[in-house]
Amino acid sequence: MNKIFSKSWMIAVYVFLYMPIITLVVFSFNDSQLVTVWSHASIRWYHVLVHDRELISAVALSLRIAFLSALLSVFFGTFTAFALNRYKRFRGRTLLSSMASTPLVMPDVIVGLSLLLMLVSMQQWWGFPERGLLTILLGHALLGTAYATVVVTSRLREMDGKLDEAAMDLGCQPFQVFKLVTLPLLAPALVSAFLLTFTLSFDDVVLSSFLSGPGYSTLPMVVFSRARLGLNPTINAVATVTITVVSIAVIVSSFYQSRAERKRKLEVAQAYSDSNQ
Amino acid sequence: MTKILSYLRDLRHGRTVVIGVPYLWFALLIAVPVLIVLKISLSEMETTSISSMISWADGWPTLKLNFSSYLFISGDTLYVQTYLSSIEYALITTIICLAIGYPFAYFMARSPKHLQPMLLMLIMLPFWTSFLLRIYAWKTLLVSNGAINNVLLALGIIHEPLAMMNNSFSLLVGMVYSYLPFMILPLYANLSKLDLRYLEAAADLGTSPFKAFWLITVPLSKAGIIAGSMLVFIPAVGEYVIPELLGGPNTLMIGRVLWDEFFSNNDWPMASSVAVVMILLILLPMALFNKYQSEQAEGKA
Repeated sequence: MNKIFSKSWMIAVYVFLYMPIITLVVFSFNDSQLVTVWSHASIRWYHVLVHDRELISAVALSLRIAFLSALLSVFFGTFTAFALNRYKRFRGRTLLSSMASTPLVMPDVIVGLSLLLMLVSMQQWWGFPERGLLTILLGHALLGTAYATVVVTSRLREMDGKLDEAAMDLGCQPFQVFKLVTLPLLAPALVSAFLLTFTLSFDDVVLSSFLSGPGYSTLPMVVFSRARLGLNPTINAVATVTITVVSIAVIVSSFYQSRAERKRKLEVAQAYSDSNQ
Repeated sequence: MTKILSYLRDLRHGRTVVIGVPYLWFALLIAVPVLIVLKISLSEMETTSISSMISWADGWPTLKLNFSSYLFISGDTLYVQTYLSSIEYALITTIICLAIGYPFAYFMARSPKHLQPMLLMLIMLPFWTSFLLRIYAWKTLLVSNGAINNVLLALGIIHEPLAMMNNSFSLLVGMVYSYLPFMILPLYANLSKLDLRYLEAAADLGTSPFKAFWLITVPLSKAGIIAGSMLVFIPAVGEYVIPELLGGPNTLMIGRVLWDEFFSNNDWPMASSVAVVMILLILLPMALFNKYQSEQAEGKA
């Protein structure tokens, strides 16, 4: 009885989570102009999609911003995670950790508005930066840094400092320790942080809307402006393409990571048994 | 010169860089912008600079602050109502997410160990696929000629399409749907670490499973409940996209008001004041969340 209840509860939640995604995908292959009424299967909307100049250029812009934002996020997120985990006591530590977790929960509209007002003030003083790619990138990188910090931090906590200490005892300079020991151990977390912050940037509509300038529309901005006007089958096609690419990327990367993890554990076990002989 | 050089050498080795870099980054992109919003909310025009806010009277500088937009917000019943209804929607969303998410996380933590990574990935996967597109999907499901109504009509369960769109129902469905993973993940992280021996001990001492759940499992998962609830409640208060796509004219949300003040009315001081009041409202939950985060970091929770 208990088992049946728990299983059906879990299945119900998964249905709730996946039903909208599945309908989106199914109806993207619907020939009808009406998104909600099935006529017959076709790839009509994919034809429309590839000839849609506005959408294609929005995808190109979004990909560029997402790539750069993920790089910046991983860079600053790693710094933040190190500062907070390796130095337990320094003046202003609480302030840094609160600032780093603020973008995780702060409503997007506030982050967007405050960043824009700061950038406008900067522009009044120095005539820089123009609203466009760079300003959107800063917003996304801020959001991404907060998430990357969480991902890298959880990995840093799993790693004990013993390997670093061992390397230092053997005469490594701090930077060498970082390059030869810490970084390789951290690599899987950096990859997942990159993927996560990439998708966050690729997904964002609120920050982009505040921070973009004329001529800079990201994919979510175009989708949002169309979805506001009503239902539109091309959005279903966009959704299907995005969902397919993301699902493949997530599944492949998690497969690789679990394999790398198993290999690493095996090597550690091997090393221990070798040293005990 | 040598001083500068030795200072730079120290920088290369050190903690100054590791701490300084993220500090500057967040100070520039979080602290300074919030201060600027505060400043603009107290001025009449967005162009007002700090210097023009200070006037000289009797040889002393006096700060000229303009509270007009705050007075307007507190005097206008529509604003007050909108704040209250945003908090109400966020609260209801949090409660529903907890009611659905807690049992789910509990069952997930009790399911066979080899299945758990896959179950977890299935929760994460929607989170990776576009939030905007998933909200749009609900629009296609909930409209009067949408999939849900069509199925119910075809089955003969209803005879007229249900009005599920552009009201508080569609808004709450969208909010619960988007924020549910944020509730489940911290709860699962917490519940999967729970030491089952406590429950065995309670059972040995004759406690009923139900009582053991309330007296042991729930208190021990307090940290997860707080983290999950804050991760849902705080962003939900200021949510803009979901009310814009799924809400209706009667579902008042403050995020939408801020957006309109900024983009439609171009009233930057007003938008800033709306933002500052919103920050004040979520300050306490944020402090709670930060406290939990740092406790996690110290390994206490």
